[in-house]
Amino acid sequence: MPDTVFHVRKVSKVYHMGEVEVHALRGVDLELFPGEFVVLLGPSGSGKSTLLNILGGLDVPTSGEVFYLDHNLTAAAPAELTRYRREHVGFVFQFYNLIPSLTALENTALVTEIAENPLDPRECLRLVGLEERLNHFPAQMSGGEQQRVAIARAIAKRPEVLLCDEPTGALDYPTGKLVLEVLERVNRELGTITVVITHNVVIADMADRVIRISSGEIIDIHKNEKKVAPSELTW
Amino acid sequence: MTALNKKLLRDLWRMRGQLITVALVVACGIATYVTMRGSYESIANAQRDYYAKYRFADVFASLKRAPDSLETSIAAIPGVSKIQTRIVVEVTLDVPGLPEPALGRLVSIPERGAPALNDLCLRRGRSIEPGRRDEVLVSEAFANANRLDVGATIGAVINGRWEPLRIVGIALSPEYVYEIRGAEVFPDNKRFGVFWMSREALGPAFNMEGGFNDVSISLSPGGSEAGVISRLDNLLEPYGGLGAYGRYDQVSNRFLSDEIVQDRITGIFIPAIFLAVAAFLIHVVLSRLVHTQRSAIGLLKAFGFSNTSIGLHFLGFSIFAVLLGTLLGVPLGIWLGRGLSRLYQDFFRFPELRFAPTVNMIVSAVAISGGAACFGALNALRSVAALPPAEAMRPEAPARFRPGFAERLGLQRFVSLSARMILRNLERRPWKATLSVVGLAFAGAILIVGFYFYDAIEYLVRVEFQRAAREDVGITFNEPHGSSARYSVERLPGVLRAEPFRAVPARLRFEHRSRRVGILGLSDDRDLRRIVDQNLRVIDLPPEGIVLSESLARILGVSPGDTITIEVLEGQRPVRRVMVAGTVQDLIGTSAYMDISALNRLMREGETISGAFLSVDSLVAPGLYSFLKKTPAVSGVNVREAMLQSFRNTIAESLNLSTGALIAFACVIAFGIVYNGALIALSERAHELASLRVLGFTRTEIGWMLLGEQAILAGVSIPMGFLLGYSICGLLVYAMQSELYRMPLVISGRTYAFAFITITLASAISGLLIARKIRNLDLVAVLKARE
Ligand SMILES: Nc1ncnc2c1ncn2[C@@H]1O[C@H](COP(=O)(O)OP(=O)(O)OP(=O)(O)O)[C@@H](O)[C@H]1O
Ligand SMILES: [Mg+2]
Repeated sequence: MPDTVFHVRKVSKVYHMGEVEVHALRGVDLELFPGEFVVLLGPSGSGKSTLLNILGGLDVPTSGEVFYLDHNLTAAAPAELTRYRREHVGFVFQFYNLIPSLTALENTALVTEIAENPLDPRECLRLVGLEERLNHFPAQMSGGEQQRVAIARAIAKRPEVLLCDEPTGALDYPTGKLVLEVLERVNRELGTITVVITHNVVIADMADRVIRISSGEIIDIHKNEKKVAPSELTW
Repeated sequence: MTALNKKLLRDLWRMRGQLITVALVVACGIATYVTMRGSYESIANAQRDYYAKYRFADVFASLKRAPDSLETSIAAIPGVSKIQTRIVVEVTLDVPGLPEPALGRLVSIPERGAPALNDLCLRRGRSIEPGRRDEVLVSEAFANANRLDVGATIGAVINGRWEPLRIVGIALSPEYVYEIRGAEVFPDNKRFGVFWMSREALGPAFNMEGGFNDVSISLSPGGSEAGVISRLDNLLEPYGGLGAYGRYDQVSNRFLSDEIVQDRITGIFIPAIFLAVAAFLIHVVLSRLVHTQRSAIGLLKAFGFSNTSIGLHFLGFSIFAVLLGTLLGVPLGIWLGRGLSRLYQDFFRFPELRFAPTVNMIVSAVAISGGAACFGALNALRSVAALPPAEAMRPEAPARFRPGFAERLGLQRFVSLSARMILRNLERRPWKATLSVVGLAFAGAILIVGFYFYDAIEYLVRVEFQRAAREDVGITFNEPHGSSARYSVERLPGVLRAEPFRAVPARLRFEHRSRRVGILGLSDDRDLRRIVDQNLRVIDLPPEGIVLSESLARILGVSPGDTITIEVLEGQRPVRRVMVAGTVQDLIGTSAYMDISALNRLMREGETISGAFLSVDSLVAPGLYSFLKKTPAVSGVNVREAMLQSFRNTIAESLNLSTGALIAFACVIAFGIVYNGALIALSERAHELASLRVLGFTRTEIGWMLLGEQAILAGVSIPMGFLLGYSICGLLVYAMQSELYRMPLVISGRTYAFAFITITLASAISGLLIARKIRNLDLVAVLKARE
């Protein structure tokens, strides 16, 4: 087995809502390896997003430890987390979160301007099949196109990890598939660790590993013997 | 509590920063209204009560001397109710502790009983006792300025001899609410005072036994003032009457009434600005609130809530702001009003000037600001009503952008991405950007208006005391002298230069309009006393003809080239005609100037002078003053420096309070607008900023993106604010011009700098507050929601 990239140990997350305590994560242990494609499955409210946000340095656990290589994310100051996100992590969300006042190219360039060893933004957009739409604003694109811009933006900095929270959640079947193809291609060609949250069980077939979460605990980790290409998935 | 009310309370709490800033602006509006309107009402009431209770006369006249028997003829004039004849003379005073001589006006009162008209209000001590000829009552203003109390003695030149006057009481008179000497504009209570003395004492001393030289008349109900004046003039004509006049021309009353009118104007003007800004802020905040709560509104409507109940719900914000503003503004206004009344007491002496805001006024203050708040809310409420529920619940279409202006020019290479974001955001909603700029411009403008009053006064001082009146001392003879007097004056100890002047009291008449003024004749080699217009230009006097203040020309309805009638009010009282040679745009009073020789020719007199302006060696000035004190031929001495000092002490002091308050309020407004603008920008852009944070931008970087936009708005607004401020000042100048003074429309660089710095500071502080909010931006929460 190659070296682990992420090391998650006994991570818990508790939200205090007045008197009530919500345990979003309960002692999660997990390791992620270079270049793998992981799908996170689980019912609503099970803690998937919480885990992803912790991995991405958007949030910190209540207890336990998270290591990215030799960075201890749990002990990091906010400024360090910002640097970690800036240098190593790409995010894709259900609602794209593009900057409406910037074109596709500019949304991508936004990231390459602050990254150390970025890809060419045009190259990224070509990778997601949008070389024709460089100068379009988000409002001038379909949801799928916007999501592909979001992916281009996420990979433009050559991140070590790409974290996607329901990237196809707002998309229809063919568009969703297109987006998954892009993710698979990025994973294959750039070797980026890719973690995808989804409610769509079918998508699990294209992963190296499938992790199931329920009530804040990992209940199963399944290794796919044979990955299925996204184009062959049907739902 | 209903769920809707709970929502309201939560919204209010969440928006407490905005709520407080709006409430503070409302409070400023209410406070200025209560202060200014309250001052206006209290001073107007005090005037009315004072005049009624102390029987202020309606018609006044001075004359050379008439026998007491004339009184019955005066009483026979139809429309005359009461008559009070008097002896009024002016004397030189020696006041303990004052180096230069002062001028006292001695007014006779009956030894027994109260005067029929112009009764006195005794403040301290007692009234004069019959038979005690040296006892006097002194005006409170003079007593306070010179720290004289009951029991003090001062010297007066009476009939060429120094006589001691013993102060037994301190009094006020409705005739001297504003106590100034002759043709002055600002009070100098140290050097001019009114004394009341027994008629039995004054008569013999001034050769007035069995006669009088002054008469006051009250009109019977329905009596015609004009009719009484013209008949009285006819009656007094043979006795050297100087022309009767009504209350309008009575100096103290005119100043007071002018002040009251001005108070009424500023009491409408200034609060209106504040309330307009409050309405503006409420408009901005509520529009934004409705915008962010579109889907909630749609939902409420879908559930069957009526437009009215939803509208009231959003109106709740305005109502709360007004309530809070009232709670703060009313006590603040009362407090300021009390302070202002105390300062008023230094200019206007009333038996009682109490700042007593009426319930009526406070109710109207609240009603007006409530109205302004509702007006501000109107637009937001209309959009609530217009929102169809189904559409409201659909998320808004993504914002449409297009390449910015600079990029269309092909300049994008020079514009960074964050700058492009800022520019495109501004360009996408130009109306909103305009509103923000207008709001900020108003903030700047109000600051400029606040500081402008200082500038105006400084400028006035420069024109009047440094450019026009440059003499150290002005002396007036007790009667006109031949020109040889000029040389006697030049030989006085310490006098470096003397310029003679001739002052002739006259009534100027053109068609049916007339005005009493003093015509000032100046020598043509003048260097000390000059005529200066409001642009600091020195005006030349033509060898013939008369030059009038622009304001006087307007009153008379004359322009250069017209010929006016001059009825001289001294000596032989000749009536002459003279051409208006020009007008001068001066700042103070209504003046008429002539070349001294031309004036002498007009009077058909030889070289005659009424006094002289002197430049004095300051080292020997005290010697000169004590010499002048003992010179009976000199009836008045004006020391310019002392007048300037007293001007600064009185005017500047009262200005400090009102302007200080105005500036403090302006700062509140500036801050309120800037802070609200930035908060709203933050709430609108929170999603975008959080996305940027997720991408790894630091707080500082996104802070600049947001605040950069605010900085651009502030930058654009500042010159606009300057322009707006200038215009408002212009409007104020126009609204507040009176016969007594015109405020010059000059705004100093210092004022602009202050306004600039204040706006910048307000922006910086609200920037810091916003930066703190950016630091606490919850990334995860923001990303959960669709924009
Ligand atoms: N800010 C918060 N405050 C309180 N509780 C929270 C907060 N965020 C999440 N939770 C709770 O933590 C639990 C896990 O939330 P999380 O968003 O990770 O679920 P999820 O698996 O992503 O669900 P979904 O599939 O619906 O997106 C939920 O029970 C949720 O109510
Ligand atoms: Mg989730």
